[in-house]
Amino acid sequence: MSTAVSAKAPKVALEFESNDLVQLLDPDGRRLADSHYDPFVADITDDRLTALYEDLVLVRRIDTEAVALQRQGELALWPPLLGQEAAQVGSARALRKDDFVFSSYRESGVAFCRGIELVDLARAWRGTSASGWDPYAVGMATPAVIIGAQTLHATGYALGCVKDGVDSVAIAYFGDGATSQGDVNEAMVFAATFHAPVIFFCQNNQWAISEPVSLQAVRPIADRAPGFGIPSVRVDGNDVLAVTAVTREALERARSGGGATFIEAVTYRMGPHTTSDDPSRYVDPLQREEWAGKDPLARLEKYLQLSEDEAARIAARADEVANDFRTACKSIQDPEPLSLFDNVYATPHSGLARQRSRYAAYLEGLES
Amino acid sequence: MSELTLSKAIGSGLRRSLAADDRVVLMGEDIGKLGGVFRVTDGLQAEFGADRVMDMPLAESGIIGMAVGLAFRGYRPVVEIQFDGFIYPGFDQIVAQVAKLHARTGGKVRMPLTIRVPFGGGIGAVEHHSESPEAYFAHTAGLRVVSCSNPQDAHTMIRQAIASDDPVLFFEPKRRYWMKGEVDEDYDFPLESARVVREGTDVTLLAYGPLVPTALDAATAASDEGISIEVVDLRSLSPLDYDTIEASVRKTGRVVITHEAAEFGGVGAELAAGITDRCFFHLEAAPQRVAGFDIPYPPSRLEEHFLPDLDRMLDAVDRVLGRANSLTGWTA
Repeated sequence: MSTAVSAKAPKVALEFESNDLVQLLDPDGRRLADSHYDPFVADITDDRLTALYEDLVLVRRIDTEAVALQRQGELALWPPLLGQEAAQVGSARALRKDDFVFSSYRESGVAFCRGIELVDLARAWRGTSASGWDPYAVGMATPAVIIGAQTLHATGYALGCVKDGVDSVAIAYFGDGATSQGDVNEAMVFAATFHAPVIFFCQNNQWAISEPVSLQAVRPIADRAPGFGIPSVRVDGNDVLAVTAVTREALERARSGGGATFIEAVTYRMGPHTTSDDPSRYVDPLQREEWAGKDPLARLEKYLQLSEDEAARIAARADEVANDFRTACKSIQDPEPLSLFDNVYATPHSGLARQRSRYAAYLEGLES
Repeated sequence: MSELTLSKAIGSGLRRSLAADDRVVLMGEDIGKLGGVFRVTDGLQAEFGADRVMDMPLAESGIIGMAVGLAFRGYRPVVEIQFDGFIYPGFDQIVAQVAKLHARTGGKVRMPLTIRVPFGGGIGAVEHHSESPEAYFAHTAGLRVVSCSNPQDAHTMIRQAIASDDPVLFFEPKRRYWMKGEVDEDYDFPLESARVVREGTDVTLLAYGPLVPTALDAATAASDEGISIEVVDLRSLSPLDYDTIEASVRKTGRVVITHEAAEFGGVGAELAAGITDRCFFHLEAAPQRVAGFDIPYPPSRLEEHFLPDLDRMLDAVDRVLGRANSLTGWTA
């Protein structure tokens, strides 16, 4: 069976990496010249790169804190983004306020960049509500847990932007596993047909829980999009500068009527799928070690050579944000029982109203 | 007031909705130049343009998912599913996204989609073209589920469905598309209201969609034997209009429920439980169901045995009346 064959060759897709991967900062912190992509990041001075570095540090710190909060019983679950900070920050910081994000559940870094309150980041994972924020206030839909479903929403939203005559862009975040879903492939058909200003941002973190990317694809994932009529690019997902450059190129294409772009950000999920997962059952420690050498933060540290004061300032800021996150998380109260029935419908539903009133009477009976 | 077929009545309702609100868009397969395989959208693309009446690639999940994205941007998409049995590729988007987004976002994002589904059998079709999947959707919180049985209701209800801020599954009785009736475009009633279409005193017969005319025929036949049947057209399957249903059952004390969908776990099961709960001491007999069998929809040469007809309805009426001539139940 082909499954067995691919399982023996888990790096098939990666063989192409050295040939076609956009990279502006290599793992050793060397700035590589790229005549095509350099102009897209010409305005990113070292100061702005430092700001991006600070984002990376903060989202990693929040992530670490979230894992700790889960271990302490304050969160029910957390899907760590460890290792994927640059892919998320580099792309999200390239967006405008009026662009709209449709994400999966691991995009806490994207959410942070969209300005989502820390307390709102914790709600769904604490189990106190189905989601945390008002999508319209921040230009980001609440996460879709069904794999790949949001790529269609992004494409439909993008079609709406065209209809409305605005140059806003929709961006869909999903993983390598999602690329096997029908919805993702359908989204590419629809995006191409309707020339929709949408970016398919695939974080290929090499894993769908325990399944290696070789089970989803026997060729680089980015290779699929041109078959749909959508240009694609593979980028070093651990290089925040390169991710910024390719995302800006895609945004420019979308805003100027050029339609969709597929970005494959090649990265690595350094942690478990979620706090419930046990990657020791399936991850090759050598592979993980190899990717640890490509860390998105470490290469920026090498490149920027920040002063001790500056590094200390950022570290202190990270601790402060983590502390705020912890405080915010613990402050979230359990909702009132009868809020169960809220917002199921936008307008009154007689059947549900009856259930609610009966349960209200039951609860009242318990108290008396 | 004009005489229209049920199909044209829906079409005229769509036209009124398109004209009234420029956020209304139609999406579906073959709904443009062809006007839909049942011609419900006939002429609408020519009138409103291909930006408002959009032919879509052949992917039901894709169409529904695109509609979700458009709804996020404030549109009111009206999706045509070509045939009942084609809705399943879109099932996940309907039950996991469309139905839940309003609740998931704490009421911040509305999903005012209308999903039109020609449903039911009786047209001699091949597999996947005669199904009645309404119970799946009535079982799903967040969705409203309705079905029309005549041109007037079809016109009024499609406009109400589109105007609703909740997602509505709109089941169209495809074998009644050619049924004619007077349509008053200004006639209105609440979307979740059932209607007593024929008053009676002995038995309540609950029906919806394509079986309402059959139920009326059964009532006429029964009256020849001196049995007075009250026929209630449910119109809304989620929610159910228990005010109207209870009033009828309390009056008659006997109830027969009919639908083409399979009996097990169908809307009839919910009604039987709900009526027993609400009207237990008014019932003279256990509620009876006349439904499709728990089998895949049969080849068309056998569908007359599958579809509830006048005689099977009357047989159940005999059962709830305890009459000896019931062929399928007890004898008195």
